[in-house]
Amino acid sequence: MEHLWNAPAVTGFKKTLNQSFEAVLPILAVPLALLIGAVILLFLKVNPLTAYASMLNGAFGSLSGTTQTLVKATPLLLVGLGVTIAFRGGVINIGGEGQLIAGALAATALSVSLPDVPGLILLPLSLLAGVLAGAVWGGIPGVLKARLGVNEILTTVMMNSIAIQLANFLLRGPLIDPAEIAAGTRIAQSALLPHQVWLARLIPRTLLHAGAILAVVLAILVFIFLWRTTIGYRIRAVGLNAAAARYAGIRVSLYQALSLTLGGAFAGLAGAVEVMGVGHRMMEGISSGYGFTGIVAALFGQLHPLGAIPASVIFGGLLVGADKMQRTVQVPSALVNTLLGLIVLFVVSSAIWARRRARRRETRG
Amino acid sequence: MADLFTIPVLLGILYSGIRLATPYLYASIGETFAQVSGVLNLGVEGMMLMGAFAGFFVAMKTESLALGLLAAALTGMLMGLLMAVVSVTLQAEQGISGIGLALFGLGLSSLLFKRTMGGVESISGFAPVKIPLLGDIPYLGDALFNHSLVVYGAFLLVPVAAFVLNKTTLGLKIRAAGQNPEAADSLGVSVNRIRYFTVCLGGMLAGIGGASLSIALINLFQENMTNGIGYIAVALVYFGGWRPSGVLAGALLFSFVNALQLWIQVKGINLPSDVAIMLPYILTILALAFAVRRARQPAALTKPFERGEN
Repeated sequence: MEHLWNAPAVTGFKKTLNQSFEAVLPILAVPLALLIGAVILLFLKVNPLTAYASMLNGAFGSLSGTTQTLVKATPLLLVGLGVTIAFRGGVINIGGEGQLIAGALAATALSVSLPDVPGLILLPLSLLAGVLAGAVWGGIPGVLKARLGVNEILTTVMMNSIAIQLANFLLRGPLIDPAEIAAGTRIAQSALLPHQVWLARLIPRTLLHAGAILAVVLAILVFIFLWRTTIGYRIRAVGLNAAAARYAGIRVSLYQALSLTLGGAFAGLAGAVEVMGVGHRMMEGISSGYGFTGIVAALFGQLHPLGAIPASVIFGGLLVGADKMQRTVQVPSALVNTLLGLIVLFVVSSAIWARRRARRRETRG
Repeated sequence: MADLFTIPVLLGILYSGIRLATPYLYASIGETFAQVSGVLNLGVEGMMLMGAFAGFFVAMKTESLALGLLAAALTGMLMGLLMAVVSVTLQAEQGISGIGLALFGLGLSSLLFKRTMGGVESISGFAPVKIPLLGDIPYLGDALFNHSLVVYGAFLLVPVAAFVLNKTTLGLKIRAAGQNPEAADSLGVSVNRIRYFTVCLGGMLAGIGGASLSIALINLFQENMTNGIGYIAVALVYFGGWRPSGVLAGALLFSFVNALQLWIQVKGINLPSDVAIMLPYILTILALAFAVRRARQPAALTKPFERGEN
């Protein structure tokens, strides 16, 4: 049978079939995860159809739901872009959570301490502060990997915990809203950011802000960067085959450190955009898992910057829908993490078929 | 600082340090088996949470701590089996599949907890057992030899694991699977079967490690109660140079810094608690940066194995 499949007459058709199979396979991860989620719900005596219907309705059923979905998709896309760059460079960045928090802290600290600077200067400066803080948070694991060969998976995870504690410390101490101290309530949150750094709202009376547009523009720029520039090409070369890249004269460790740093910069920007666009202040739990959900979005977008756009909308919808589900049909929103975990497992497992087929093509010449 | 270094406080730190090492030891020793055989399982956190929930739930319903521990071990093993299917048979990228498993375990344990129990309840967990003679040593006896069986088990696991890995045929096969799977395969060792075994064993121990929190140390279940222990457990394996004795040293270092940090808070010493909680993580990064002996790393770590290639 093998040689029949390989006959020239069917090659074209078979190729299309294969390519579409490979493209569709990871997408099947979502319905498959929902199916297993339904079994779990049945086991917990919940009607899965009611639960999922309320989820879908919450995420896309109304203007406020849809805009909320896009609001949540924004940090997911930015984190996802950072994860995409890192993974394309062959390094695994699990530190999105910490990098996002670091970026949010830096943007907050800067803008709160310079309330009299005009927005034209302060707004880009605050975004830049977030970018830089995220880059440092991602760069530390990057340098440790490049210089000392320290496993970046572990250091990025540790940097997450450090950022969370740092935020707790700063929001109870140096960065706490003076009004909270005056009122004696001492809620761990910063003062409101000065108005001139608030990102413009796109639709009145919704939370949708200009950060969403910024994220989409950046997705296109990342695509150009990775596929149309020398540095981007080298990052991908290192990720595809580090040994071959080294042989070609590319400094592998430098580009690995660079892709972790860039990854951190995007997550840091996500943090800055979140405080400047949504709550207008830094508070505890600002990230609520965006760092991890962003990884899922990047994977589901097939580690392609443009694929990350629809992927982050889907997962933003999942987060918004789950809140609605918890409120209306009392299904704990913890179901989301269960589904996300399953989706990750399915997506990474499905890669085996693409790899096998690629290898078979190779051996046949 | 002076009143931190009184004998009762130092003994207190010793006592808590020994206790706190327990979950790290179970999880890290289990992860050592997986990594030595060539599988990086980053999903330990999820396995521990599922074990913590299963252990607590069964112990509460059956009023038997032993059954709780058994349930935790089995649940952890099932999580390990899932990980093995994904990363051994389906050859998925291990750093990412582990995150998937961790998210799955975090979500499912919270979901089950909220639907079956709703609120936090506590049980009376494993009671301390004083070891005869040793437990009567003045001062040190209470700090070292008056713990629950679950705590002793964790420390006993270290020499047992070292013996199995270094002195038995099974250990040789495990090391071969991680060091040179092609050679092991050509000598008739089923690499993937060995890896299934170690990942399931790792899951079982991670499950017990999770239950050591929920039915022996803290005696309640909370959402995300492991709070990163699973990830640190993975880091400890690197820190320990893939040897049980090294893992023990790392776990003790870690748990003593943690115990010190707790006592600093108890004593009201002027160090913000958030900063104190940060210390162990900073320490882990420093330890990874300066104590890494990469030469010991199993050569085939994170590399899936497929027969009949080349």
